[in-house]
Amino acid sequence: MAFNFTAFTYIVALIGDAFLIFFAIFHVIAFDELKTDYKNPIDQCNSLNPLVLPEYLLHIFLNLLFLFCGEWFSLCINIPLIAYHIWRYKNRPVMSGPGLYDPTTVLKTDTLSRNMREGWIKLAVYLISFFYYIYGMVYSLIST
Amino acid sequence: MSAYNPNYVPPAHAPMPLNGNNMVNGLPGGVQQQQQQPGPPTGQPYLPQKQPQQFQQPPPAAAYPGAGAPGNLPPPPQFNSGIASQFLPPTSGAAPSVQQQLPPSTLPPHMRPPTVNGPPLTNGSNGASSANSSRTASPRPMGTAPQYAHGPIAAALNNPPPASGLRPSPQPASQSLANLTNNLENLNLNPNRTNGGANVVSPPQQQYPPLTQKDFRGVATAQTGPPQFNDASSLLAASGVAPIVPNAMATPFSGQKPPNLGPNPAKMFGSAAMPVRPPPPQAGQRIPYGVPPPTNSEQQNQQNNNIQRAAPPPGASAAWPPNLAKAVVPGAQPLVPPPQQQPLLPPPQQQPQAQTYPYTQAYPPAPQQQPPPPQSAMQPPPPGMFGAQPTGAPLQYQAQVPPQAYGQQIQQPPQAAPGGPFATPAPLNVAQQGFSRLWGQDTIDLMQNRHILSPATRPPPKVVLHNQFHESINCSPSIMRCTLTKIPESNNLLQKSRLPLGIVIHPFRDVNSLPVIQCINIVRCRLCRTYINPFVYFVDSKMWKCNLCYRVNELPDDFQFDPATKTYGDVTRRPEVRSSTIEFIAPSEYMLRPPQPAMYLFLFDVSIIAQQSGYLEAACAVLNRHLDEMPGDARTQVGFICFDSFVHFYSMAEGLNQPHEMTLLDIEDPFLPRPDSLLVNLKECKELVRDLLKQLPKRFAHTHDPGSALGAALQVAFKLMQASGGRITVFQSCLPNKGPGALEPREDPNNRSAKDVAHLNPATDFYKRFALECSGYQIACDLFLMNQQYSDMATISGISKHSGGCVHHFPLYQKTKPHMVDSFRTCFKRYLTRKIGFEAVMRIRCTRGLQVHTFHGNFFVRSTDLLSLPNVNPDAGYGMQISYDESLTDVKTICFQAALLYTNSEGERRIRVHTVCLPVTASLPEVMHSADTEAIIGLLSKMAVDRSVASNLSDARDAFINATIDVYNAFKIAQNLPSGQSGQLIAPRSLALLPLYILGLLKHPAFRVGTSTRLDDRVFAMDCMKTLPLDQLMKYVYPELYKIDALIYHARNSNVSSTQDDDEDEDEPLPELPRLQLSAEHLDSRSIFLMDCGTLIMLYVGLNVPPDVLEAVLGISSTAELGDYVYGLPNVVSNENDVLKRFILRLNYDKPYSALVQIIRDTSTAKGQFIERLTDDRSESSLSYYEFLQHIRAQVK
Repeated sequence: MAFNFTAFTYIVALIGDAFLIFFAIFHVIAFDELKTDYKNPIDQCNSLNPLVLPEYLLHIFLNLLFLFCGEWFSLCINIPLIAYHIWRYKNRPVMSGPGLYDPTTVLKTDTLSRNMREGWIKLAVYLISFFYYIYGMVYSLIST
Repeated sequence: MSAYNPNYVPPAHAPMPLNGNNMVNGLPGGVQQQQQQPGPPTGQPYLPQKQPQQFQQPPPAAAYPGAGAPGNLPPPPQFNSGIASQFLPPTSGAAPSVQQQLPPSTLPPHMRPPTVNGPPLTNGSNGASSANSSRTASPRPMGTAPQYAHGPIAAALNNPPPASGLRPSPQPASQSLANLTNNLENLNLNPNRTNGGANVVSPPQQQYPPLTQKDFRGVATAQTGPPQFNDASSLLAASGVAPIVPNAMATPFSGQKPPNLGPNPAKMFGSAAMPVRPPPPQAGQRIPYGVPPPTNSEQQNQQNNNIQRAAPPPGASAAWPPNLAKAVVPGAQPLVPPPQQQPLLPPPQQQPQAQTYPYTQAYPPAPQQQPPPPQSAMQPPPPGMFGAQPTGAPLQYQAQVPPQAYGQQIQQPPQAAPGGPFATPAPLNVAQQGFSRLWGQDTIDLMQNRHILSPATRPPPKVVLHNQFHESINCSPSIMRCTLTKIPESNNLLQKSRLPLGIVIHPFRDVNSLPVIQCINIVRCRLCRTYINPFVYFVDSKMWKCNLCYRVNELPDDFQFDPATKTYGDVTRRPEVRSSTIEFIAPSEYMLRPPQPAMYLFLFDVSIIAQQSGYLEAACAVLNRHLDEMPGDARTQVGFICFDSFVHFYSMAEGLNQPHEMTLLDIEDPFLPRPDSLLVNLKECKELVRDLLKQLPKRFAHTHDPGSALGAALQVAFKLMQASGGRITVFQSCLPNKGPGALEPREDPNNRSAKDVAHLNPATDFYKRFALECSGYQIACDLFLMNQQYSDMATISGISKHSGGCVHHFPLYQKTKPHMVDSFRTCFKRYLTRKIGFEAVMRIRCTRGLQVHTFHGNFFVRSTDLLSLPNVNPDAGYGMQISYDESLTDVKTICFQAALLYTNSEGERRIRVHTVCLPVTASLPEVMHSADTEAIIGLLSKMAVDRSVASNLSDARDAFINATIDVYNAFKIAQNLPSGQSGQLIAPRSLALLPLYILGLLKHPAFRVGTSTRLDDRVFAMDCMKTLPLDQLMKYVYPELYKIDALIYHARNSNVSSTQDDDEDEDEPLPELPRLQLSAEHLDSRSIFLMDCGTLIMLYVGLNVPPDVLEAVLGISSTAELGDYVYGLPNVVSNENDVLKRFILRLNYDKPYSALVQIIRDTSTAKGQFIERLTDDRSESSLSYYEFLQHIRAQVK
């Protein structure tokens, strides 16, 4: 039983992952609101766009911690998502501010459903990794 | 004929035959119609529902008479049975013998048509010849020629040697046969010839060496001009400039070009052959047809085709000879009616033809198919296309030579009759065909019917509803059209059809009779908020069931009251229930704020480039003149801002005796110099405004400021308009290069013809964000781009795209170019004076199970079915793709309802509601037969623009081609046709024009590659694709081409006849001109052609137009008097000129503003503009129509 850097990393990852889960839930709710006509796409994009980069950065930060403490497996399961985030941001529409969502196209059914799907998948990924982090934390705590 | 075209001068008019020919397949008009509408009853649905105002088209019904009374049909020609049997085997193609034996009924209908080809060809030839003949005396011989053409075509397509030998013989004279065979041998020698098919073709040439040569040239030049003439234009010019002696030229061409020509029979036949031959007798005419040899490129295809096609020729040959003989006789005696046909007057002759066809050909397997081939052959007949050579030929007009024309026509009929026999396979087939035609479910082999464009614009397919709503009037197709007039019941079925589902809508169209009602409460469904419409179901007198969500709602008591008759009790009399387009005057609950006044703000670019172009002068002048006509009430306000490197405001406060200018120097952080007096009430300050408009052009005449601070000017304009909303009109003439929103030039001028087009996306989102902000405040930005150089339309147009504005583009505008000034003036005048709706929203509702997938147009999508339109104008069209939420298996009809809520210029809140109801079907063939090609093209073009922007241009181009292939593949599957390659490309009648239009799109500035296209022009063209209403979009994509000889004849005729009553001259209907396909093969040097491209009408004057015609129409004595760039139709006091003007007026009727008329002489340097639009022809970087068809056919598995 030892509280080492690895255990610390997992604890941080757990907290961070909780935030990511919230991001994902917010994302899903926001697009559902768009779909059901509750909100103006301009407002919705204005509220979503500022959250995109923080989410990505937080996720990358957690994985940097994994990298530093040599948790290769945890890192590996996150690399695809990091790659997706980078790809996604590289292909974002032309816009001057940060963010991904363009109010003029966000309501296209294709875009909308893609974003919804992305939200659900990410939510699932974060949830699964959340439990894995718990396991990782406990494992690192009890292993000497 | 008389029946067919009431308008036409009765007998012997050349024009009449033309009409007939022009018809879709080149078949006689009567025949074509029959194909479409077998019986009179069917005819009605098809009848064009044009508004009386529009065209006075001869009622199609009239044309049908022949068809309507089958009893009248002449008895089937004697040969029929024998001939038919002979032909049938060949038709079967792959296994001729087996098919022959099979009863016709057993053969798939599709298969039959091709076999029948032989007959069609004859028909076509007849039609073509008639067309030609009508014009000139020389054409007469052509009648025979068509026959030849048929032979060559078939040969080209099919196996070369055997077929070739046989075919030529059929129609031409028996004499010709011998010649042909000889010729064939000779042809084989030619290195270029690819297959036997080539050989076949050649025979005709040899026979008539000079003629054929000419033909080839013409063809080559016009269409592909493969090796020798890359540019169609150059070719034309060459031909025009230096007419070559036919003989000398002929030989070389025949050797080289024939191969190319072969593939594109249409081209070949086309123009070149007939025109070139001056007046040569029949022999000469025949030759042209024969000319078309198969192309090398499509050898593979040919091989495939060969099987099927090859078979027919032999049969044809056998059958034909007798026919030919007969045909010849009539030719000799033009007036004598065709032998088989009942004795009719010359004009009636066509009718007889039509009748015969129906009987024999039409009903049989594929009458349509048959006709087309002939058409191709026939239509070309016009004397030498660019025909420098034809000079020798008499330039007489058809009118002058009516009798001869008749004679020709007569000749043709007999030929047609022989064709008929071929067609008649078996009674059963006939019945089936008749029924399929009756239900609009006939098919066409596109490979055999190159000339498929209807004589006139085809009326949009009629929506046929179930009994329940049979009387309900559906929304006018000009306002709302669905790509499918029968909706597939499930997404699965839709996917199988591979057709796009969507609607194109023109919601704010200017309509003449619009019921406007004012009521206290507007009846709407309480669940989905649908407006009550003619397609709801009344459960009882107190309840109605919503047709979109199926909720049962209560009817308010006052709905029982009929305002028109002031009676109670009958809800079905209410205007809401009687009209599917209706306008409500909205009560106060439809207002979020008091209706805004009309607010207009004009932003003028006054940088040095703008001053050099001199647009400001014209703009101010037009504005000044139409200040009073701008829509608005007493509250109307206007304002003006000019900008170069700085922003100039004009204060017109009360008490000032002239406007005060204030200049804002801080463009990085713009602010309003004063809170009021910048936007002033138009009524109160009219004098000041006029004064300002007079001074503005002078005020900046001497500035030399190269800067353009568009961004800053927009920002202050936004601040100015923020309070009320309204319209900002931006004039921009250069790249904004100062202050916020400054842009860098992105276009590489050396890369304009590259395969991949970059920079279709905006460079910055500044303008988009601005537009979104505007849209939130009910401000729309309209853009007039009058650029001299690259101005990044892709970025700047964002201000309009997302704010519901419109974009107008005047590239290279110069005040020294009067036509540009004129065109700008008319456009700007229309812009100023047209209706306008402020603070509008449009919602599209669909029956449960469907939803709008994607919107196209200029607007901001505020929620999944709501469009925010700060301004709506009558010239804006929109498109929506529809997708399935759930399947529609339990419903019989579905509805789309578009509701446009807007504030009109008088400050009245109104709701315009359009409802369209469509039946649902579970049958794949029905879906495909009910497709609306024009709407599909409208939707595909919009989707392609999205694709180009999101991905790249080549993706979009591939998507076009794949969409076409997929559709025909799907149809093949739907019809259970054998898979694998065949010589045919079977298309439902409803989708026959798809490849034609797709090719037009591929060659359109928006999507073309390989041709130098300025980026701004391309982006503007794409914008037009997104925003033009469908009728204008179709003209933009596939301009209408007419040969106006018939008009001139008509004028001359009426001249003689109407001297007694001049008063009625005005009311006299114009003859209905057939629409020509956009191929140089239809051009001839002795005629004048009119091409209507929407905003531009081009008059193409052939080199050899008779001087008297020139004098009468244009007031000149020879074409040499025409400059290279001539605009505007001269005023000449003559019937001809008058008729032409009326015709143009009619073309302009539906347009937002009248088109600019440009007159192009055959040798003019402006000819390129005309040639460029002949999209059926091959160019250096693109396929011809026929090649495109072959490409598609090769891909259809």
